[in-house]
Amino acid sequence: MSQAIAFYFLSACILGFAVLVITTRDTVHSVLFLVLDFLFVAALYVLLGAQFVAAIQILVYAGGIVVLYLFVVMLVNLKRPPEAHQDPHRRTNWGLALSVAVLVELAIVGGYSYARPAPAFAAPSPAAPFTGNTEQVGWLLYTSYLIPFEVASMLLLVAMIGAIVLAKREL
Amino acid sequence: MITSTHYMLLSAALFMIGVIGVMVRRNIIIIFMSIELILNAVNINLIAFSAQLQNVVGQVFAIFVIAVAAAEAAVGLGIILAFYRNKETVNIDEMNLMRW
Amino acid sequence: MVDAVVIPLLKILIVLNATLVAVTYMVLLERKVIAWAQSRLGPMRVGPYGILQPIADAVKLMIKEDITPVRADKWVFTAAPIISMVPALIVYAVIPFGPKITIFGRQVSLYITDINVGLLYIVSVASVGVYGIILAGYASNSKFPLLASLRASAQLISYEVAVTLTLVSVILMAGTLSMVGIVDAQYNQHVWYVIAQPLAFVLVLVGGLAETNRAPFDLPEAEQELTGGFHTEYSGMRFALFFLAEYANMIVVSSVVTTLFLGGWLPPFPNTAPLHFLYAIPSWVWFFLKSFFFLYVFIWVRATLPRYRYDQLMRLGWKVLIPLAILNLVVTGIVKVMLL
Repeated sequence: MSQAIAFYFLSACILGFAVLVITTRDTVHSVLFLVLDFLFVAALYVLLGAQFVAAIQILVYAGGIVVLYLFVVMLVNLKRPPEAHQDPHRRTNWGLALSVAVLVELAIVGGYSYARPAPAFAAPSPAAPFTGNTEQVGWLLYTSYLIPFEVASMLLLVAMIGAIVLAKREL
Repeated sequence: MITSTHYMLLSAALFMIGVIGVMVRRNIIIIFMSIELILNAVNINLIAFSAQLQNVVGQVFAIFVIAVAAAEAAVGLGIILAFYRNKETVNIDEMNLMRW
Repeated sequence: MVDAVVIPLLKILIVLNATLVAVTYMVLLERKVIAWAQSRLGPMRVGPYGILQPIADAVKLMIKEDITPVRADKWVFTAAPIISMVPALIVYAVIPFGPKITIFGRQVSLYITDINVGLLYIVSVASVGVYGIILAGYASNSKFPLLASLRASAQLISYEVAVTLTLVSVILMAGTLSMVGIVDAQYNQHVWYVIAQPLAFVLVLVGGLAETNRAPFDLPEAEQELTGGFHTEYSGMRFALFFLAEYANMIVVSSVVTTLFLGGWLPPFPNTAPLHFLYAIPSWVWFFLKSFFFLYVFIWVRATLPRYRYDQLMRLGWKVLIPLAILNLVVTGIVKVMLL
């Protein structure tokens, strides 16, 4: 019961802030709504028992990636007056048409699943008390998925070098 | 009774909000942020199924998605900055020349 | 019902109130200590030996005129100090002041909660605190605060990397991310981690100084640079909130360093027979003594060392602290695998 209340509240906030992200005129406000969105998504992860991924979401997404976006927005807006921050060319009609189509689709899927509900979530198994969530994730990352882990670190290194080279004034 | 279908519907709605953001807005930074919304929707799906099947692999995959999103955001924003320095615009309708 | 709801609420109330009072009196402590370091007396007029000075400061800041710059973003302008203050306060949810003790016949743990990713929670929340500074500079709609806030946030995110890498070696030694678990690990290993990880201790202390924008890393908010940094346009209660947020962050860093390196609530060389008489002093008194010592070190460093220039600051963070943190991590890993 409390899980249902938490889920509905969190998903209302997530979807509400996501809509605000794509509809706000001012870019900086858009970025701030994105941060709030990510914080609520992290709360949803905690509800699902994935505490490590929730902390990583806040640390990397909300505290790293969106700060990068905020920096770029501010650097791009430095020389322009505040009125030029708005986006006068957006295609609002396309957006409304697509939203209606999506809502109809989601309603159909929702109705279908209401008629034949999916199996319930198994309770977070108390059978693994000595290894918490972080240890399980770490164990998998370093044994079965070691190669993707190393490849991801190479990818981040390449991205770091690429971003530095791209943003330099002269090479 | 919250089942995985609820999480899938939430993820689908968030995904479509991101797609609509990409198609409707013309400011390239907002388009990049909508792509981040899409990646988050995928992550919600992964974690929800990881919780239902009681298998931690979903969370491992979600961490990789977050790492890839970080790399993509860094390089994409570098490209935007380099472009802005040359052409002084962030409207993608005006980013239509390969070379000038 | 009482255990699940009333006692945590009571703990939150006590911790929040104590923090806010402590932050207010930190102002007085800083002025007094810096004055004594400069052979003068500091505030002496308000109350005996200046004890009531913080109350006078609070009243002054509250009745000051509330100025918002023209064409500043009103919502963001108001939200920035709040975003600065909130992360400093919510970190207290995981800091352990002591173990489980019995009060009035009831088992009460002297921490609000113990989550199994406690240290990661602290680092994540600290990384969200950067937004307050960025938004303060942006919302002021003025050149100097904007540049100062970009500098300050660049400094913060650079030192965040170094501190997080260093904390990984502490986690490696303790084997757990939970704060109570780290203190227990120091209890079981009979040693404070300041002795087992001296380099990590120094790195976290220096990184903590830079993270809280304290001297000698306080270039972004010094009055002689960029006319006052990112809080130039702020006055009255909003400025007070920034000020208090900085002191709250200082207390947080002191508490975290105490928990991770000085054993939290444990006396020196815990769990060894000859030193058992030290347990006569209550656990939370040990915690406060050690935190207070670090607060004094913060103020002492401010009174003593000159300010780093911005490029020297960034060079220190990226070219000195991060390689040292990685070296520390590698050495800790090797030692832990081979010896323990």
